[in-house]
Amino acid sequence: MQLTLLALTLALLTVIGFLIGRSRASSSVGGRVAELHSVPAYHGVYVALWAGLPALLLFVAWTASEGWLVLQLVLSALPERLATGDGQSVALLKADILNLARGIATGREPDPLVMEAARRYTAFRDLADWSLLAVGASLAVAGLAWGSHRIGPDLRARPVVERVVRVALVLCSLVAILTTVGIVLSLLFEALRFFSVVSPLDFLFGTHWSPQMAMRADQVGSSGSFGAIPLFAGTLLITVVAMLVAVPVGLMAAIYMSEYAGRGVRTWLKPALEILAGIPTVVYGFFAALTMAPFVRSVGEALGLDVSSESALAAGIVMGVMIIPFVSSLSDDVINAVPQSLRDGSYGLGATKSETIKQVVLPAALPGIVAAVMLAVSRAIGETMIVTMASGLTANLTANPLQAVTTVTTQIATLLVGDQEFDSPKTLSAFGLGLVLFLVTLCLNMVALRVVRTYREKYD
Amino acid sequence: MTDLVERDVAAVTPSPASSPGPSSAPKSRLRSEAFARRLRARHAAERRFRLAGAAAVALAALILLLLLGSIVAKGASAFWEARIRLEVTLDPAEVADRNYTAALRRALYAQFPQVTDRAGKRVLNDLLSSGAPYELEAMVAKNPALAGTTQTVWVRADDQIDQLVKGAYRRDLPETERGLSDAKVAAADALLASGALAQSFNTTLFTAGDSREPEQAGIGGAIIGSLLTLLVTMALSVPVGIAAAVYLEEFAPKNRWTDLIEVNINNLAAVPSIIFGLLGLAVFLGFFGMPRSAPLVGGLVMALMTLPVIIISARVALKAVPPSIRQAALGIGASPLQTVLHHVLPLAMPGILTGTIIGMARALGETAPLLMIGMVAFIVDIPRGLTDSATVLPVQIYMWADSPERAFTERTSAAILILLGVLILLNGAAVILRKIFERRW
Repeated sequence: MQLTLLALTLALLTVIGFLIGRSRASSSVGGRVAELHSVPAYHGVYVALWAGLPALLLFVAWTASEGWLVLQLVLSALPERLATGDGQSVALLKADILNLARGIATGREPDPLVMEAARRYTAFRDLADWSLLAVGASLAVAGLAWGSHRIGPDLRARPVVERVVRVALVLCSLVAILTTVGIVLSLLFEALRFFSVVSPLDFLFGTHWSPQMAMRADQVGSSGSFGAIPLFAGTLLITVVAMLVAVPVGLMAAIYMSEYAGRGVRTWLKPALEILAGIPTVVYGFFAALTMAPFVRSVGEALGLDVSSESALAAGIVMGVMIIPFVSSLSDDVINAVPQSLRDGSYGLGATKSETIKQVVLPAALPGIVAAVMLAVSRAIGETMIVTMASGLTANLTANPLQAVTTVTTQIATLLVGDQEFDSPKTLSAFGLGLVLFLVTLCLNMVALRVVRTYREKYD
Repeated sequence: MTDLVERDVAAVTPSPASSPGPSSAPKSRLRSEAFARRLRARHAAERRFRLAGAAAVALAALILLLLLGSIVAKGASAFWEARIRLEVTLDPAEVADRNYTAALRRALYAQFPQVTDRAGKRVLNDLLSSGAPYELEAMVAKNPALAGTTQTVWVRADDQIDQLVKGAYRRDLPETERGLSDAKVAAADALLASGALAQSFNTTLFTAGDSREPEQAGIGGAIIGSLLTLLVTMALSVPVGIAAAVYLEEFAPKNRWTDLIEVNINNLAAVPSIIFGLLGLAVFLGFFGMPRSAPLVGGLVMALMTLPVIIISARVALKAVPPSIRQAALGIGASPLQTVLHHVLPLAMPGILTGTIIGMARALGETAPLLMIGMVAFIVDIPRGLTDSATVLPVQIYMWADSPERAFTERTSAAILILLGVLILLNGAAVILRKIFERRW
């Protein structure tokens, strides 16, 4: 509530600052605006920045640290007996206090001391929020006063404002870097915790995957084993099936559209492929599980084959269909980038259209097409919903596409869905898998994007 | 064709013995039968190749039709729901007790005077949705004067009856194979015959939250959740994305740093979406302690995911603005920032908007990262704020797709149809925008 109030106050003060700054600037030169160093609007933004920016920075710093600070305050007030102990019991205590403060039942009869701590926590948070509101608002008013005080004909408002905007732009472009750093660090950090329990060699080269951990030490038969080879094999199998569908169809469709189809056909086909590309993967997953899998199964049974109802074939085919537009639009770009002079040269020698395509255009476009296929492979490896819905959960090490296999992404999704404790090797193993997935797709993408880039430069 | 070529060869080509001139040799080779055969083969290959291309396109189109067709066939009926007409007498004492079940049952038994035994009554009870009393309760809550009166109401039927009316159960099969007892079928048929069981437009589907009972389940909560999530995504990724694109395209010096940022953005666009979910789980939930299942976190994750898409498309749009515009603005004394804000950005805006819409459409259809941050929970209430537990439409589809009931399959398909409809609208808007504002310099 206080935070909303603060946000509204800040927004209001910023607008007021802009208006004050603008009118003060023009009145300071008696309306002869040309005598100002910067146009009045810049003076307005100048004051608005003074009003809004310091308070905003305070707000960000405060909200980032408030919860932690208040918790420390509350914990330090607790008696020794509760607050000291190993890391786990303190973490549990913190969670209890937070849950009680939010009014969530912990399921245990709470210690009166903990209840008291939770009450204090709520009170402190409340106090902190109100003081943030007071401090923030007064900071904004002070900034506004200071900014508007400085306004005069000689104030160089524009360079100041532009420098601030420039910094903001740089910060925005750094978000992408930060995201990557965040991905790498979070995967690495959690994966290292996993690898401190399970050896990386067992993980990468073990052939048995059953991520159940014993709940109690004396439990029988579920020590958990984390050999990820069956998952890699399953992923590979489905990816191969998908590529067998997507590459020929996608490539031929791209060739047809760029070399044969007339304008009229193209104007219809392109949007149709875009629709195919825009269908959410969960829809493909539904289609795979409810239409394709029974179809594949019944065809297989008609042929006298033993087909699993969650066969890799069905998931792979649908994944291939999903990737067709991806392959075709990438290859379309690549084929269109081949200079017309190469085609004309081939026609001049008497080659037919298909001979030109097969012997001149495709070899010239080959690096780009390979890159497109690599990107498609990376997409297939990382695709989650189709395999989660249409492929199995048990890890089978098989090369038979008629059987059920499981994939890396399926396991990540199933291991982390639902409320599990965050620290067990079972959930942490998902981060190990995620790290492998990230590295593999990153390598594929890096190489493919580099090929595409150099290729483009070659023909430009 | 063959005859013609051969006759031509015979008529025109002199025999090699009579005129061994150097110019006639290639001509005769061109007209030879071997050449004609080769040419025919080449043309046949050409036709085959062309046909293969057309077949590939046709296959893709066929699959699209098959996919859409199967979903429409499964889901179209979900837009109707079966309701049962009852003459309910609202006993004031029961109303005070909030016991509406008895009133409903009395009204239903009244339509079947021949049923007296417990088993028969139980069959009748099962005709009604377990949510029917709540409908009645809501009606009385809106108009308390109804207590003590007799009202004609249409209440929701059970999902099995709903499916029976829609023809999902075959009446000619024996009971055990059909999955629905003969008694229920007979009771439903009796109601159908008297006009007391009929289909009406399914508003529940659009307004209700999730439920374990298919006939009470709707996508209202999921739609609100999707909207909230998309709001957060848009509020974050659009300004940040445009700002980043402006910096990289207009201000950034070409050096190793900006090269790194560029490579990084391109790679980020191709990172599997589930990895973003892991990031959200580890950073937003684990490190910052944000609430699970909240649209706020979902929106943050989606914003990070769509950011590269928006940056890339915004850069393309900015690049398409010719340098002469910038030079003209700079030439009359505008600062670089004024040049960009007053001239380049407005001209690039349609392109940026198109990219943004496509990015948002992608975020709207994305499922996997949201599974990681707990938006897959079973949530009955419709979310009211950014930190409430919520789910989104694609995740709702994913959850319903797992349910074994036929009625859920039907509703899943209907939800997919609605999702696809919104996505096609969004993409269509993007295409139209591109067409309207397309500008050749």
